[in-house]
Amino acid sequence: MAYALQQLINGVTLGMIYGLIAVGYTMVYGIIGMINFAHGDVFMVGSFLSLIALLGLSAFGITSVPLALALTLLFAAGIAALYGWTIERVAYRPLRGSFRLAPLISAIGMSITLQNFVQVSQGARVKPVDAIIPGGIRLMDRGGFAVQLSWMQIAIVVITLTILGIFTWLVTKTPLGRTMRACEQDLKMASLLGIDTDRTISLTFVIGAALAAVAGFMFLLYYGVIDFYIGFIAGIKAFTAAVLGGIGSLPGAVLGGLLIGLIEVFWSAYFSIEYKDVAAFSILIIVLIFMPNGILGRAEVEKV
Amino acid sequence: MRGALRDAFLSALVALGIFGPMVGLVSTSGDHGLSLQVRPIAVAVVVGLIFAGRLLILSWRGGGPRQRNLALAERVARAGKYITPILLLAAIALPFTGSRYYIDLGTLVLTYIMLGWGLNIVVGLAGLLDLGYVAFYAVGAYSYALLAMTFGLGFWTCLPLAGILAALWGVMLGFPVLRLRGDYLAIVTLAFGEIIRIVLTNWVSLTNGPNGISGVPRPTLFGLAFSMDGGPGTFGDFFNIEPAVIQRIIFLYYVILGLALLTNWVSLRLRRLPLGRAWEALREDEVACRSLGINVRNTKLTAFGIGAMFGGFAGAFFATRQGFISPESFTFMESATVLAIVVLGGLGSQLGVALAAIAMIGGLEALRDFLSFLGDQMNSPVFAGIASELPLYRVLIFGIALVVMMVLRPRGLISGRTPSVALTKLKEIAPDLVAESRS
Amino acid sequence: MLAVADLTMRFGGLRAVDSLSFEARKGDITAVIGPNGAGKTTVFNCITGFYRPTTGTIVLTHPNGGTYALQRMQGHRIAAAAKVARTFQNIRLFAGMTVLENLLVAQHNTLMAATGFGVLAVLGLGRYRTAEAAGMEKARHWLDAIGLTARADDPAGALPYGAQRRLEIARAMCIDPVLLCLDEPAAGLNPRESEELNQLLLRIRDEGCSLLLIEHDMGVVMRISDHIVVLDHGKKISDGTPAEIRADPGVIAAYLGEGEEDEVPA
Repeated sequence: MAYALQQLINGVTLGMIYGLIAVGYTMVYGIIGMINFAHGDVFMVGSFLSLIALLGLSAFGITSVPLALALTLLFAAGIAALYGWTIERVAYRPLRGSFRLAPLISAIGMSITLQNFVQVSQGARVKPVDAIIPGGIRLMDRGGFAVQLSWMQIAIVVITLTILGIFTWLVTKTPLGRTMRACEQDLKMASLLGIDTDRTISLTFVIGAALAAVAGFMFLLYYGVIDFYIGFIAGIKAFTAAVLGGIGSLPGAVLGGLLIGLIEVFWSAYFSIEYKDVAAFSILIIVLIFMPNGILGRAEVEKV
Repeated sequence: MRGALRDAFLSALVALGIFGPMVGLVSTSGDHGLSLQVRPIAVAVVVGLIFAGRLLILSWRGGGPRQRNLALAERVARAGKYITPILLLAAIALPFTGSRYYIDLGTLVLTYIMLGWGLNIVVGLAGLLDLGYVAFYAVGAYSYALLAMTFGLGFWTCLPLAGILAALWGVMLGFPVLRLRGDYLAIVTLAFGEIIRIVLTNWVSLTNGPNGISGVPRPTLFGLAFSMDGGPGTFGDFFNIEPAVIQRIIFLYYVILGLALLTNWVSLRLRRLPLGRAWEALREDEVACRSLGINVRNTKLTAFGIGAMFGGFAGAFFATRQGFISPESFTFMESATVLAIVVLGGLGSQLGVALAAIAMIGGLEALRDFLSFLGDQMNSPVFAGIASELPLYRVLIFGIALVVMMVLRPRGLISGRTPSVALTKLKEIAPDLVAESRS
Repeated sequence: MLAVADLTMRFGGLRAVDSLSFEARKGDITAVIGPNGAGKTTVFNCITGFYRPTTGTIVLTHPNGGTYALQRMQGHRIAAAAKVARTFQNIRLFAGMTVLENLLVAQHNTLMAATGFGVLAVLGLGRYRTAEAAGMEKARHWLDAIGLTARADDPAGALPYGAQRRLEIARAMCIDPVLLCLDEPAAGLNPRESEELNQLLLRIRDEGCSLLLIEHDMGVVMRISDHIVVLDHGKKISDGTPAEIRADPGVIAAYLGEGEEDEVPA
């Protein structure tokens, strides 16, 4: 029981991270109908940017934890947003209206480029960092097993929920959100009605990348170690989350992220840690085959 | 010109934001954990390059609108008639150089050409984006290694078995997923590829896990082994020559040349048959195919299975050439490399794939050699340094090439389509008419 | 020939087709007309297997007496076994393949059967050569019929619009159908092309293939149809010969009610 509770806590924390990445996939898919394969690597870049910011801040002697967290978050999200904007501009925008698989292939190229760019520039070795917020609460102690809720986990959940709250407000209550939803409904119509669709699509990438960078920062905090390869696997899991939740649906992405996080943690805890990625991949396949519309997605009717 | 300058300046500014932190601030591990190392010059070089590059592109693009591709496609197709036999002759003649280095490189390039041709059936002809092609390569390699080492079967017995097993896997994996839309299919095949790799890594009792399988048997020539002892029944003994490693190297080279040509021949034949035509029709319009009574799923399965079979052949060859296999050799990167070759070559074009493989695998090697040669000659550490760093950048260049290719020539080097049959005269089809499935 | 009985197709809460029954007789040109959104294309998609009807039956009887329950068959079997061919409202040719290739792809099942599971034909053995020659002959026949012989080796996507329409019909005919379903074949054609189309359709009927067509162009419908079914809001509101339909006040009301005066049968 205690063990399961601990897994639940860990699963929710991990699920938050996946959810944040999944939002980026689902937004882009909702608007231009492409799988932004490089999104996982933007998450990885965000993670590295956070690491660089943390190292830079400590070099300048900034030791206040809240200040360091806030500055790192701003820096990572800001620069990652620039990455998102550039990627869309360079690799996807010229391909709008090209043959169907062109954007996907370009995205794969972009993913490879980002991975190897970081490998070449920052080195292939794993990067360990010390825990920034050590300690935690001991929730219960039963049968020699202590259930821990670390401050870090609390920080991750709180930051994620705050960011998601801001994001939800942005999408539902602002003119920007309205244009985004209009583009999602019907891109061509939105453009006929005078919405600058290019700008909206750019903004989607910018927001998605910023969220991915937040997730990257959380990942760095949670695991304390990153390398250039984390984006690939985390990206696929987050994509699975987006599909599971119903691609195109924002609450679905967060829900899917939580589910994938929980499944992964429980699978590792009770079955086999070696095959935890197989679990995620299998879910992806099963979901796509048996419920391609996901939990909260809309059904697609084939037009002939 | 002022506009161009301004644009280039803005690009440089963006580049500064992008490359500044990642290139300029490097996290390096020291005595007290990680610390930052500042590299302003590297950033300045990268940003300067972007500025200059953008300026160049802008001034070059001012030359007028881009031309239609048809004339070029016609010209390339005509040139192809001459290039193909020249390439073939060069391929046959290569071992006569006697240079082990070139033969090894040729073998590597031919392996990729074969994989490219195999994948071309799936991606180029049938229009199914398969990101897990390496899975079939792995199945072929492990099938051969395990069959040969468990049952003591020879290479030539195992080769067809490896191909059949890979094809079976292709059909098995394809059966549930081939009705998915293009991009979903891509992700699912990627997931399959990864699953197979993870299983190979973790199923230690069968595959010896990450340590791999070593001592995979070498192939024989009609029962003549290429062993160094020159004993009875070996190649050296039969032909009464001194046994040498190069004999086996050359033999392996011709084996892969033969396999690659077989792949090519079968693809070319199939393209002119109803099956191949149905693949291309499927790529053009799946719904129309269904309305004409074509069994869409089975037709896709045949493409998937046949593509997988050639992947399996290539895998078996890889195992026998290396003598050692491990899951390391079958990562997503491998799938992406083969895909890059197919895409760069031109989806559906046999010659294009061959040229792309030569350029991407051989070209980079050649560049590295050239640079290290220059370094030696001029005693310059700069060239030698670049040469030794070059393999690091290989995959980076792949990635960039994929993006650039999609943006500039989404249908690859050789992008026109040659019809499979003609009433009077074959006429090349312009690439902008050849579409992927629009459903 | 074709008996549709009690056909209903529901999308969520919407009844696109509502207990529709009608019959298309052998050797007739049967037209299905009705205002926009009346459910005509949905009926077509049910008949040709693209949608599975919610309830109802669609039974096709071949001239030789064989019957096929289309509502239960897989999409490609309806073309391959039941021999029902169709065209699409928005033309669906294989744009990157030549006109000739389009016609050969349509003969896929016949040609495929001659390849000996592909293996023999790859090796250049077997009877594929003769089968292919026969296929070419059939393609040539239809090329002549639609007047595109001179353009046989051009990509289908490069043809003018009217020619693409005719090619799509010829391609459908290459599966040797007993019933040809045409979804707005005259849409976007000029009067001359429209007249050529009429001749082509009459010729197809006279060669023994029954036709079912959806059409907005009343000129075409009234001139060539033997029998007309009128739909509105998924229901059949009238059924009869062109003369009967023309005189039916209900039909006129349905069209006027939709505000499409320009389409009132003349």
